[in-house]
Amino acid sequence: MATTTRSLATTEAPWIRYTLTTLALALITLLLIVPLLSVFYEALHQGWQLYQDSLLESDALAAIKLTLIVAAISLPLNLVFGVAAAWAIAKFDFKGKSILITLIDLPFAVSPVVAGLIYVLLFGAHGWWGPWLAEHDIKIIFAVPGIVLATVFVTFPFVARELIPLMEAQGSEEEQAALVLGASGWQTFWHVTLPNIKWGLLYGVILANARAMGEFGAVSVVSGHIRGMTNTIPLHVEILYNEYNFVGAFACASILALLALATLAIKSYIEWRTEQQAAEDRKHATEE
Amino acid sequence: MTSLRHWAVALALGSAAALSHADTTLLNVSYDVMRDFYKDYNPAFSKYYEAKFKDKVIIQQSHGGSSKQARSVIDGLEADVVTMNMATDIDAIVEKGKQINAGWDKKFPNEAAPFSSLQVLIVRKGNPKGIKDWADLTKPGIQVVVPNPKTSGNGRYTFLAAWGAALKQNGGNEAKAREFTQALFANVPVLDAGGRAATTTFMQRQIGDVLVTFENEAEMIAREFGRGNFEVIYPSVSIDADLPVAVVDKVVDKKGSRKAATEYLSYLWSPEGQEIAAQNYLRPRNAAVAAKYAKQFPAIKLFGVADFGGLKAAQKKFFDDGAIYDQIAADIAKKK
Amino acid sequence: MKFKQHSVLPGFNLSLGYSMLYLSLIVLLPLAALISKSLGLSWAQFWATVSEPRVVATYQVTFGASLLAALINLFVGLLIAWVLVRYPFPGKRFIDALVDLPFALPTAVAGIALATLYAPNGLLGEPLEKLGIKIAFTPAGIVLALTFITLPFVVRTVQPVLEDMERELEEAASSLGATRWQIFSQVILPTIFPALLTGFTLAFARAIGEFGSVIFIAGNMPFKSEITPLMIISKLEQYDYLGATAIAVVMLLVSFALLLLINGLQWWMAKRLGRRK
Repeated sequence: MATTTRSLATTEAPWIRYTLTTLALALITLLLIVPLLSVFYEALHQGWQLYQDSLLESDALAAIKLTLIVAAISLPLNLVFGVAAAWAIAKFDFKGKSILITLIDLPFAVSPVVAGLIYVLLFGAHGWWGPWLAEHDIKIIFAVPGIVLATVFVTFPFVARELIPLMEAQGSEEEQAALVLGASGWQTFWHVTLPNIKWGLLYGVILANARAMGEFGAVSVVSGHIRGMTNTIPLHVEILYNEYNFVGAFACASILALLALATLAIKSYIEWRTEQQAAEDRKHATEE
Repeated sequence: MTSLRHWAVALALGSAAALSHADTTLLNVSYDVMRDFYKDYNPAFSKYYEAKFKDKVIIQQSHGGSSKQARSVIDGLEADVVTMNMATDIDAIVEKGKQINAGWDKKFPNEAAPFSSLQVLIVRKGNPKGIKDWADLTKPGIQVVVPNPKTSGNGRYTFLAAWGAALKQNGGNEAKAREFTQALFANVPVLDAGGRAATTTFMQRQIGDVLVTFENEAEMIAREFGRGNFEVIYPSVSIDADLPVAVVDKVVDKKGSRKAATEYLSYLWSPEGQEIAAQNYLRPRNAAVAAKYAKQFPAIKLFGVADFGGLKAAQKKFFDDGAIYDQIAADIAKKK
Repeated sequence: MKFKQHSVLPGFNLSLGYSMLYLSLIVLLPLAALISKSLGLSWAQFWATVSEPRVVATYQVTFGASLLAALINLFVGLLIAWVLVRYPFPGKRFIDALVDLPFALPTAVAGIALATLYAPNGLLGEPLEKLGIKIAFTPAGIVLALTFITLPFVVRTVQPVLEDMERELEEAASSLGATRWQIFSQVILPTIFPALLTGFTLAFARAIGEFGSVIFIAGNMPFKSEITPLMIISKLEQYDYLGATAIAVVMLLVSFALLLLINGLQWWMAKRLGRRK
């Protein structure tokens, strides 16, 4: 967008622009920046040393590691699902589509507490498959697989939901053209669809990633809270907070905020690289 | 691909090697407030155990709300021992999960509760509202911070303490006790989900004139928020909160860790265990240790949960859905 | 009418089949376990549990506050997305990154941070208190927490659509003499409307189930500021799994119905728009 020159036809009078921008920034400040700063203030107001110590403590490191592992497993699963579901829903017309979309939305509406509970009902000692699992000494809940499942559940809709409106708005004329020109289904997907949806896809993944790392309620039910073993960062934050170790709690919380900002930085970098690439391609094209 | 396989083999061998060397590992599933105590107790026990049995023991800790932790054990969290704040939580594991055998409270002295605490009143510095006893909490204009009895054992003990104190004052008149307790809960501005959240509301947010919580929590508040910021008031009478422990039979039999688990809990009654408890402001059972720390544990009149026919009966009468606490909450909401 | 309308695009069976399988394993099966568990109650017991006055009061608080928060975000989210896509200003990338913060912060941390800020002795709570506005530990606190938690939804669903929109349409409309407001309401708004509605739906759905952040700022007073998930927790606290699943099932059914309604509406509108094209 940075490259487009704006004609008056497609933008507003300057005073409207300034008013809207100011209003948006004011709201963001009030709703986002102030709470964010308060997290960092609480984490740092007793000095850098204490902040550093809280993060390098072994339980905190174990929690950070577990959180990254869980996100790394659950994200690709939901990514593949999201693309498949969006393809089916946005590119085709079939009966029961609204019901399918609604079912995809459902994990958002399920209270995190319940999201944890349902896996307990399935895999818990008295759940559907609990006795069988115990017999074979397979641990699902109160171990990493349970934490992954709960995380997959709460981040389930993100990618699909991000892609569906986008792919619907784009329609399927370009894909049809590619097919008519002889491209295979996969070629069409890789070279036509994917470039068109990449931003939506990226947003979806980033949101799912942030949520996966920050999820508390559902994970709390299936974790077992074994210190240094099954605590993710949010659970570790709760423990520290309940120990009245506010600095430690907010220090770990700030890590999550930083992780989210880091993923966004990566996104910005990719965006920037793509723009550069596009500009270069254009240059080549004109030279030839 | 081959490197991946190598890696997998190495991992499998590594974990097998780790298993053959394995020291005994115990998982202690406990509740929130016990963290500080076990932080001191676990190394002391490990040292003792190693000296006595020439064997290493590693202790893993899990903390959370007492009932939530009990639910995790019921649902399959493989705890070797549970250390809870209410006997009803261990009873629930006996009944719903069947991982602990009935009669757990007979396996150790003092009904398997190695120490106890009681409910005290915490007021602002200088006690500006002049709060001396339970009756002062029912006065109009006083704000009382307590955790929610529906979601917190701490809150349930507070309710029972107030109810019992009112019963004593009114010669056992239940209607009066109910009126009194209702007046007290009508003065509650915020019902936090747990005891620690209630403390934060009182100390950090500066809401309320008085906080009702465990005696050992008062010490924690002093350590974390500074001693000069509040005063502890001992009411004329309070409730004796026994903090029970149990070995999880099903798990220790499966793992073969019964000996270590039983040692771990028994050692709580040793002079060293009792001393660590006293240092964490938990009232010890050992007479010698109690005498040594008498100064920090003022003697006040106590009544036990036995006065309510045991915790299980109390839970049913007061805290189950639709029971007295719910009725009181509904009456308060109607009047407001 | 056939199950599926004809299309030249491939991959329908594969993508739908895979989606259904994954959906069944991760979402439907566990939810079936939930519903099956609640069937352990007789109908009379079930009804008594879910229609208890205190529980009914929590439905009002939960659904009311969620609706309000989603409505607030409909406007705030559109505004933020619009400004981020259309107007240049310094620090834009940073602000863009910040929008996802509510997801990344554990909800409990969000609740604690908001309670700290808006408590009567907090940075923002104190001046507001002087104006006679109380936020923390009142129902307004619930709306605030939910607004924060669900802020990214509308922004992030509208933003990609706005970015992809072709400016030619607007230019064409403008050259035909449309005013800026006409272009916005008749060209831009219809294009982004499905995304707006999606964002609104997701925000609303997410708000209904939220627990971690609300619990720290709500005050949790019976009949006034108790939310439905708290009722589930308090049932579990009594080891009443059946009662807990009963309330969970009611929440699930209501959310499902609401989501279905909004999604159906959206599908119907998309179809109408499609015909008009």
